[in-house]
Amino acid sequence: MISRQLYHFGRYLMMMGTALARPERTYMYYKETTRQMNDIGIGSLVIVILISLFIGAVTAVQFSYQLDGTLVPLYYIGYIVRDSTIIELAPTITCLVLAGKVGSNMSSEIGGMRQKEHIDAMEIMGVNTAGYLVLPKIIAALVVIPLLVAIAAFVSVIGGYLAMVLTGSLSHNDYIMGVRSFFKDGNVTMMFVKAIVFAFILTSVSCYQGYYVKGGSIELGKASTNAVVFSDILILLADYLIASILT
Amino acid sequence: MIRTIDVHKSFNEQEVLKGVTTEFFPGKTNLIIGRSGAGKTVLLKILVGLVTPTTGDIFYGDVNFSQLNKKEMRAIRMKVGMLFQGSALFDSMSVEENIRFPLDMFTSMTWKEKAMQVDSCLERVSLGQVHKKYPSEISGGMQKRVGIARAIVLNPEYLFCDEPNSGLDPKTAIVIDELIRDITIDKNITTVINTHDMNSVMEIGDNIVLIHEGKLAWRGDKSQVLESTNDTLQQFIFASPFLQRLRAAALERSQEG
Ligand SMILES: Nc1ncnc2c1ncn2[C@@H]1O[C@H](COP(=O)(O)OP(=O)(O)O)[C@@H](O)[C@H]1O
Ligand SMILES: [Mg+2]
Repeated sequence: MISRQLYHFGRYLMMMGTALARPERTYMYYKETTRQMNDIGIGSLVIVILISLFIGAVTAVQFSYQLDGTLVPLYYIGYIVRDSTIIELAPTITCLVLAGKVGSNMSSEIGGMRQKEHIDAMEIMGVNTAGYLVLPKIIAALVVIPLLVAIAAFVSVIGGYLAMVLTGSLSHNDYIMGVRSFFKDGNVTMMFVKAIVFAFILTSVSCYQGYYVKGGSIELGKASTNAVVFSDILILLADYLIASILT
Repeated sequence: MIRTIDVHKSFNEQEVLKGVTTEFFPGKTNLIIGRSGAGKTVLLKILVGLVTPTTGDIFYGDVNFSQLNKKEMRAIRMKVGMLFQGSALFDSMSVEENIRFPLDMFTSMTWKEKAMQVDSCLERVSLGQVHKKYPSEISGGMQKRVGIARAIVLNPEYLFCDEPNSGLDPKTAIVIDELIRDITIDKNITTVINTHDMNSVMEIGDNIVLIHEGKLAWRGDKSQVLESTNDTLQQFIFASPFLQRLRAAALERSQEG
């Protein structure tokens, strides 16, 4: 059991080591990176906005229920929505969702290329396939996913606003006052650290799962499930570690 | 010239190749033949380094391929072109982009030089205006042609083809075979073809290597096939009763004449 995990970890490190080699032709890697950025960024924008809108709304509703009948002033709701999304919900939930969307997509794309001998064909040409297929995806994710997370945090705050102010639970001024209270920029740093780490985890793990796929469509399906499951577990583990270290 | 020396390959318990020693010559169409599952693809992949042999050596000229590091291996691979069984065209790219890909990746040619090279390769495989089409939009025979065009775009010294005419009708299959043979002679490259197609054996078999039960069972050229008394070869080539009757008739006639 343990030896299996070690085997995967070792092979993962080897793939990443090869992926970080110098590109054969920077322009080709650049072109592929922009294509990936487009896929990841534009392709995920709608779902990220939709999910964060509801997360902000739910957070606000839950806290207003819990604060009901206590001495804590209601404007704290704005403050709580802002901080809980920035610190935890925006990076974590966004990346868990992206693991399901972007990660599974990457692993089945690379896995399909492995099965149809596209990777072999590139190897024969002399292409460093671990580099060409993995590195652009990781770079694209490291740039685009933190942006998506920032958008998610912003939209969540709007979601909380809509849930509170439109229903009349809280006044416009109170919510805004809460959102502007007790701001610590360290929290934003933490959000970006998480976003970058999670983005790295979900792309590299998904690429790994696809890159070493064997067999047929059943294995391809398994690889894409594994990509999501392992990314999710590792993201949550990393979340815990970052929280322990940075707070 | 490529030489294999006592190449063994096992997957887990299964021993696929049990010591293959043979040679492949430049300017010739070298064929690896054998039943399905005989290990032809494994041997071909060992030749190009996609699969590592359990033991044994591969020599490209005087260079021991099995002892190269990754970087040196890539340098040799620049001189290698390969046509895969399923053509392995990249489906997110058009025909033109597929053929241009090795040029984009490895040369600093101008856009115009690349376009000319792509055109000349397409012409070499007798394909006209398919530049903008995607692999899924062209027939299997055309995909093989595009695969060949991509394999020769960097002017390789070695060309490998895994079952180039599987899945094609007999006529198209012969055209593809002749195309590969002509390119081999034109450019004086070392071509190694995997096949179990009788027509290919009899038409373009300059140096035929028969693999049976993991071993080299017979070696010769197409003119030696009919006369050979090697049982394995005869059973393989004249598998059907129809072909056996043809052979008997042909031998009879040659004895009379
Ligand atoms: N990667 C692999 N893992 C395990 N077994 C393999 C692998 N590749 C090929 N084999 C086995 O090797 C044998 C020969 O396969 P192959 O070379 O593809 O035959 P063919 O002569 O039809 O091309 C088959 O029995 C196949 O199951
Ligand atoms: Mg085969």
